[in-house]
Amino acid sequence: MVKKMIGIEGSFAIAEAVKLARVDAVAAYPITPQTHIVERLAEFVANGELDAEYIPVESEHSAMSACLGTSAVGARTFTATASQGLELMHEVLYVASSMRLPIVMTLANRAISAPLSIWTDHCDAMAVRDCGWIQIFAENAQQAFDLVLCAFRIAETPAVFLPVMVHIDGFYISHTIEPVQLLEQEAVDSFIPEYRHPYPLDPDRPVTMGAFGPPPIYTEAKKAQEVALRASKAVILEVWQEFSLLSGRHYSPVEGYEAGDADVLFLIMGSFSETAMVAIDRMRAKGQKVGLVRLRLWRPFPVQELRQTVGKAWVIIVLDRAISFGGRDPSVLKSRRRFIP
Amino acid sequence: MAKGLPLNTKLYEIRWHGRGGQGAVTAAKIVAQAALLKGYQGVTAAPSFGAERRGIPISASTRISSQPVMVISQVETPDAVVVLDHTLLKYPDVLSGLVSGGWLIVNSWQHPRELNIRGDFNIATADATKICRELGLTVGGFPVVNTAMLGAIARTIQIIDLASIEKVIRERFSGDALQTNLAAITRTFEITRPEIIR
Repeated sequence: MVKKMIGIEGSFAIAEAVKLARVDAVAAYPITPQTHIVERLAEFVANGELDAEYIPVESEHSAMSACLGTSAVGARTFTATASQGLELMHEVLYVASSMRLPIVMTLANRAISAPLSIWTDHCDAMAVRDCGWIQIFAENAQQAFDLVLCAFRIAETPAVFLPVMVHIDGFYISHTIEPVQLLEQEAVDSFIPEYRHPYPLDPDRPVTMGAFGPPPIYTEAKKAQEVALRASKAVILEVWQEFSLLSGRHYSPVEGYEAGDADVLFLIMGSFSETAMVAIDRMRAKGQKVGLVRLRLWRPFPVQELRQTVGKAWVIIVLDRAISFGGRDPSVLKSRRRFIP
Repeated sequence: MAKGLPLNTKLYEIRWHGRGGQGAVTAAKIVAQAALLKGYQGVTAAPSFGAERRGIPISASTRISSQPVMVISQVETPDAVVVLDHTLLKYPDVLSGLVSGGWLIVNSWQHPRELNIRGDFNIATADATKICRELGLTVGGFPVVNTAMLGAIARTIQIIDLASIEKVIRERFSGDALQTNLAAITRTFEITRPEIIR
């Protein structure tokens, strides 16, 4: 079921995952550092390797709007963006989650202008923190491949029906060649069943989606959405568990590294947690009781798991790649207040 | 898996310097893929992260290890520096951090001693530009020396060999392009002049 290790760029590994998931529709607009993902998907569609509708749009706002449409008619839908592109599709992200459309998107995390920067930070991720999507962070190309595959399965589970965003640090993951183990098509086919929307848009059986909702309806809808997002964690755990049986690679909402007996812990999301592990190995060799907490599931926020992993540490150093202007703390720290006893 | 050289157990870091369009990033990736085929568990290759344009100085990184590579930042203390355009040697960044006993591998018609570079590292030169011109390995009239320089690397650093490089080249190219690139690699391998420091 598991193929041999190949050296592949993170972006291309993600495109392979999307192809293996037999996606039906991709609507995207290129933006650095995400471009290689959708370029490769466009190639797959053009050369017949992937039987999907590729919709080249004129902006990211249109990209996500097209994704709403394709997902609503019952097509498995993928897109990718970064930074300014994410900002441009911002309002449509809320529509996707509120209309409960299981779109999967990769976000190649990148700073937001000005000054113009194409390099990695998490300001784009934090700007969409509360848009109602399930959000997961990958730390390397292998995880990006795995977590994108799992994202389709999670999103389309009837109890969930929410869009999923898989974050990868721009360039560090998107542009780096790393060893990645792909999976066989049959294995993926058995892992990701056919996507069936219970009430798809269909001219023969008309339905209305995202209609006008006066306050009583709006409140109920938002409450239902919040309940569904929180409840999705159980499904996420199940899907990752099943994936580990398939691939031998296990994922958890929060993962520790030398965290058990640590006095001082780093809390990190994304690719530089691997660099932190190297630093921790060196500090441990000198007898320093340091460890690492890697936050993989960002939304729904895994309070309980985080509390367990933090253990008895008396200092937590949060390395946040985003700034909250005028706020008291960076974004990740705001969450921290909830889980520190 | 390629026979021959035993696997190096230490992390080996290569930094590439070239000009936009010369193919430094592609070469960095080919070496990583060749090392993986040779049996190294940990490889990474990445461009210097930024917006590159044709002709400007650019760099790239390759890491090779028998263990998984956890660091994906730019290489700062390279075991080998590969320079695709010798005019870049005037920039101090190019030799920055090159480890004692490491390798400087330059695309140049000059002999290593003629480069007038002093340091406690070894130097190899090969005139990849000439070979690419002879073989017609050019794009828009400019020689594309990246694959040719893979021959100089295989000759010099003992981490990867011609056989694993050839395997990767065969996956990436076909037809005339395959034959031309393979010829450039073999010929550059043959004419590479490694000069070990004493």
